[in-house]
Amino acid sequence: MTLADILAAVVFVALNAYAVLGGADFGGGVWALLAGGLRKERQRDLIAHAIGPVWEANHVWLILAIVLLFTGFPAAFARLGILLHIPLSLVLIGIVLRGSAFTFWRYGGEADAQQRHWGVTFAVASLITPVLLGITVGAVASGAVSGPRAPDTVFFAVYVAPWLTPFALSVGLFALVAFAFLAAVYLTLEAEDTELREDFRRRALSAGVALLGAALLVLALSGVGAPRVRAGLILAPWAVPLHLVTGVAAVAALVALWQRRYGAARVAAAALVSLILWGWGLSQYPYILPPDLTVTGAAAPAATLRLLVGALALGAVVLLPSLYYLFRVFKGRPTA
Amino acid sequence: MSDLLAARSQMGVSLAFHIIFAVVGIAMPVMMVVAERRWQVTGHAIYLDLAQRWAKGTAILFAVGAVSGTVLSFELGLLWPEFMRFAGPIIGMPFSLEGFAFFTEAIFLGIYLYGWDRISPGAHLAAGGIVALSGAASGVFVVVANAWMNAPAGFELVNGQAVNVDPLAAMANPAALPQAIHMTLAAYAATGFAVAGIHALLLLKDPANAFHRRALAIALIVGAPAAVLQPISGDLSARHLARHQPVKLAAAEALFQTRAGAPLTLGGWPDMDRRETRFAIDIPSGLSLLAFHDPGAVVKGLDAAPRDEWPDVPAVHLAFQLMVALGTYLALVALWAGWRAWRGADLAHDRWLLRAIALATPLGFIAVETGWMVTELGRQPWVIYGVLKTADAVTPMPGLIVPFLTFTLLYCFLGVIVAWLLYRQILRSPEIPEWRGFYMPVDSRGSRKGEGA
Repeated sequence: MTLADILAAVVFVALNAYAVLGGADFGGGVWALLAGGLRKERQRDLIAHAIGPVWEANHVWLILAIVLLFTGFPAAFARLGILLHIPLSLVLIGIVLRGSAFTFWRYGGEADAQQRHWGVTFAVASLITPVLLGITVGAVASGAVSGPRAPDTVFFAVYVAPWLTPFALSVGLFALVAFAFLAAVYLTLEAEDTELREDFRRRALSAGVALLGAALLVLALSGVGAPRVRAGLILAPWAVPLHLVTGVAAVAALVALWQRRYGAARVAAAALVSLILWGWGLSQYPYILPPDLTVTGAAAPAATLRLLVGALALGAVVLLPSLYYLFRVFKGRPTA
Repeated sequence: MSDLLAARSQMGVSLAFHIIFAVVGIAMPVMMVVAERRWQVTGHAIYLDLAQRWAKGTAILFAVGAVSGTVLSFELGLLWPEFMRFAGPIIGMPFSLEGFAFFTEAIFLGIYLYGWDRISPGAHLAAGGIVALSGAASGVFVVVANAWMNAPAGFELVNGQAVNVDPLAAMANPAALPQAIHMTLAAYAATGFAVAGIHALLLLKDPANAFHRRALAIALIVGAPAAVLQPISGDLSARHLARHQPVKLAAAEALFQTRAGAPLTLGGWPDMDRRETRFAIDIPSGLSLLAFHDPGAVVKGLDAAPRDEWPDVPAVHLAFQLMVALGTYLALVALWAGWRAWRGADLAHDRWLLRAIALATPLGFIAVETGWMVTELGRQPWVIYGVLKTADAVTPMPGLIVPFLTFTLLYCFLGVIVAWLLYRQILRSPEIPEWRGFYMPVDSRGSRKGEGA
């Protein structure tokens, strides 16, 4: 393991944390949009209460991943900024609308029509942003974010074609369903009465089944869309154990939901999404942007990497106890 | 509109929008913590109401600041990929540290906002204190990165490539300290006076209102000392500029010719063709005195740089004059209020002072924006002073006017909503008749204790 590998792994850990924590906040927005039945307003209140104290801290994982990426792997950051300008700009608009609309919705004071508009804006932005995030991941995995182009290449071929592919779109769909699944599973633990808990249990089970469908779609399209990732996932020595563990996590999550063992379901669901992410990461290693930019090739000078890894260790000493405290205060067993 | 101009405009709009939220995010938690502490000591419910209103304000502004800051971190790559390719390894370090400070701020803000009845009063106050401290630290780290663009250090340039990169030396660049002090003081002064100004306006209509009196006092405690210290920090910045960024100082002062005993130019309009500043008041040797503390010192003029490396002189000069004038006004009002308070006067019944404070409401923020324009426009055409030109850093993607217009519309829309929400949530007088009295209401002690935000 070189320093660059360690740093790449840390960036990936931050993305992983963003997916299982921040992703669930987006998923909450999806369920706010799909709220229905007798307990519609109570479902929305539960979602807002679950997201409120933590969404900003969860969001910072993305910022951390970005600053580590541009400090440690500036060549990769520059290339992403050029070739994925359009989907990343759209992700940003989604992030801005989601965050501000949530805050306006919850801090707007009076519960009038205007407040409901903010609730809708929050929910729609929560639906669109994960799809776009997934599309950018799909574009990277497919190897389309590649080296310098001829200067006369047409706009569409350079700035649109890398991400507007069936494979990238299927990854977008997968991200959306995965975030919704996580949110529904977590919300079964947040709910304090049986009816609401059952609402989200049913939603979690259907989302879990939909997630399997989305995964199969991604897999089917990967033959043409992302042959390198597909080959990695099939041929690498770690492939079979990884698939086994991922499969166990998937089955465990669904069985635990079925048996109403929500604590176990939360762990299994988060593990499932994390394992799928690491499967992607490992299969494209040593490339940070396949097919030509490796982790080592994109890395900053050693002096920067050393300091950055040191700063990360120091930062973790401040950050991890604070995060533990946050989640203990708000996500521990209900005290009141 | 060229793509370069569109990219610069988008970055400018994004920064101008974000800086307001960043500045309030640094100072408003201090006011919130002071109010909560007073509530814990005195038990007066007015202080709790103030703490909770300012907490709400912090929540709204922090959320918009967090998402607009995210936009900026991406825009560095979306608009300036060549800048980031070069600068990332050298100056990414303070951004990473800012990431941690920001993380801490977000965590403890969540605890503060939602934890009123979940943790002990001491822990709650401490959480607020951590929000205030980490907010200030975030600001300092970002400003340190910007300072490096003005006074690059920590690398050697060999054939256009950075070698011997030393991120710590880059952070210790000569502009870091003066800029960090100036920006942090600006945050407290602008926010303190904005809040004090609004309550002063309301007190002019309703001078006995106990709620607005307390709000005014706390806002001035945060804003006034910073406003008084700011001219001293400005002097430090000017002396730094004279040594390390002479072209920026020359543009700010509209000094065309290098000369000994350079005058301080007040106002005026730089005539670029005749290379002189018209309609200005000159204070003989004033600039040499300020920049080098020596009336005979030689100050470099714009002629020290080739014409194609000049910034937009009229814009920089105008922004600089405006910043200095507004900063001076805030400092004078702060001194006035401090003197009146020291003499034991009741500020809320000094109508001329209230008018002066009310007038200051937007002025601190205008000073922040114009000061930022001086530092950014004054560095052009460079993105990294003397190393990389802005035109060489921009993305090759065409059609940048589209994202520029999109983000501008988005931010205008959000700005209107936030202003309206702040009025509705924070500034409107509380509808509790007893609080309109001159004295603290006797029955308020502890009556709202433990109530959630």
